[in-house]
Amino acid sequence: MSSHAAETPSRPAAPKARDRQLVQRPDVLFRRCVTGVVIALALLWLVPVAWALDTSLKAEPDTIKIPVSWAIPHLTLSAYSLDFSATDIGRWYINSAIVAVIVTVLTVFTASMAGYALSRQRFRGKPLVYAAILAGIMIPPQALMVPLFREFQSVHLINTYWALILPQVPAPIAVFIFKKFFDGQPIELDQAARVDGASWWTCYRRIGLPLARSAVSAVAIFTFVWTWNNFLWPFLSATNQNMMTIPVGLGTVISGTGIINALQMASAVLGALPLVMVFLLGQRQIVEGVAGTGLK
Amino acid sequence: MSTAALPRTARPVSRPRPDRLRAGELAGAGFVAPFLVLYALFLILPLVLAVIMSLFNTSLVIPGLGTFVGLKNYGELFSDDYFWQAMWHTVLFTLVSTPFLIVLPLLFAIAVHRLSHGRWFFRLAFFLPYILPSAVIALIWTFMYEPAYGLLDGILHFFGLGAPGWLSSTTLTLYSIVIVTIWWTIGFNFVLFVAGLQDSPRDLYEAAELDGASWWAQVRRITIPMLGRTITLVAVLQVIASLKIFDQVYLITQGGGGPNFSARVALEYIYDYGFTSGRVGYGSAASLVLFVVILVISFAWLALVRRQEKGV
Repeated sequence: MSSHAAETPSRPAAPKARDRQLVQRPDVLFRRCVTGVVIALALLWLVPVAWALDTSLKAEPDTIKIPVSWAIPHLTLSAYSLDFSATDIGRWYINSAIVAVIVTVLTVFTASMAGYALSRQRFRGKPLVYAAILAGIMIPPQALMVPLFREFQSVHLINTYWALILPQVPAPIAVFIFKKFFDGQPIELDQAARVDGASWWTCYRRIGLPLARSAVSAVAIFTFVWTWNNFLWPFLSATNQNMMTIPVGLGTVISGTGIINALQMASAVLGALPLVMVFLLGQRQIVEGVAGTGLK
Repeated sequence: MSTAALPRTARPVSRPRPDRLRAGELAGAGFVAPFLVLYALFLILPLVLAVIMSLFNTSLVIPGLGTFVGLKNYGELFSDDYFWQAMWHTVLFTLVSTPFLIVLPLLFAIAVHRLSHGRWFFRLAFFLPYILPSAVIALIWTFMYEPAYGLLDGILHFFGLGAPGWLSSTTLTLYSIVIVTIWWTIGFNFVLFVAGLQDSPRDLYEAAELDGASWWAQVRRITIPMLGRTITLVAVLQVIASLKIFDQVYLITQGGGGPNFSARVALEYIYDYGFTSGRVGYGSAASLVLFVVILVISFAWLALVRRQEKGV
């Protein structure tokens, strides 16, 4: 049998036929059970989100009925309209979008340029810069929130977009990803362009960036999701209702309007919605990004 | 430029041309400058500030550094039982959650990765929570854990069991947050494992199957050894992420750190003292201690990974 497999390694039909033969084997039953269990667990994993959605569509009195029930006696969107009138969620959406988009653009731009230079160019102090970036990956920014707040407080920039945006831009890991990516690309194109008299800037714009499209989209999606979701720094630097982002604003809803269950769940659904859309649109890039980043 | 042009003509063509090199150097520095400026301002400067302020009694409400107090902040910190309690909660959280966050996604990935269709469904179910913001997670789970109308107690009630007090018991609160975190973040590790499994060669399994190896034997003898690197990586990322836990604890306990501070973690302690009490100097000292702990563990793991890779 094994010699037969060695003779026909390129025929794709062979393993399938073999799988069918295996149906008789005892551990096929075990395999089926495993599949059944993992399907059940996946469904279980969806329960909290489904429960939030279910509750958000109920009328408030139905959310406090005992025993708890999935049934929705009066389907209503009133919790959603209440959310928009009782909280500043519209404003938080706008703030989150502004901050996440600008941070993403600046991160992709600065990190890809630095990564390009580290991979392609020679300059004094380059090993030092690279070492600093590698060390920077280890820095946990969350542990530096107190001094960072003081920094912004002393220049009176708390509760401004400057404070929300700028500290979220430098991501050493993004530089590392871009450097690794450019290292894996052939250098000949850049060299030819350089010989023809193109500036480094032209090389980066016309050759480097277009080639790095997959790295750009992975870094962009991750930066966007991460910035949109970031809680701790925006929570500290945006104390004014008008400057809050979605996570910070929703944080106030948890304790603020404590007793309105349908409103809270509607807020959760509204907070989740943009990310669910990003996930559905960019699922492939996200998953490949996680896998690619992690395994390097 | 003109001075550089003179020697160029005298030199052999193959030698590096100084004007080119210098222009390249300038461009290189220019390319890294925007990143480096932001890096220096928002990662290095806070670190330096933390070191300086930790030696002063800097206050949130008074401009300037305040008065120099030497190592007094550190002395107070190390003798504060609440600080050690918060550090312990962080460590306990890490110790309890990490095994689940490695073993569960690994098992899920093994179970899913050889299915011929429907893999998108598992990716959706397990990965979707991961990309939601902590505030959404906290909203959903605060209601899940609600003692009267919450789904969990509703189910327990159905089976005739009493409410355990998910968020009101001093012993249970931290573990309730562990459950939330497992649910929330499992997808990241799941995707890493699925990717790792896809890299392992198919013919290995086919050969094992032909030799009559059972499914479990294949998992034990092929899958897990092949995933060695991924498992180490997941463990490292997981431990480092767990040490920085703040969001879900703060939001679910509504800033209180749980009943009688029974779930307050290190970063929340720093927040409570550095911001709520306005003691920036003291908060900086606490920040640096956590910072060093995370750094030491990161490097220890890195060294371990290096050794493991050399050994393989």
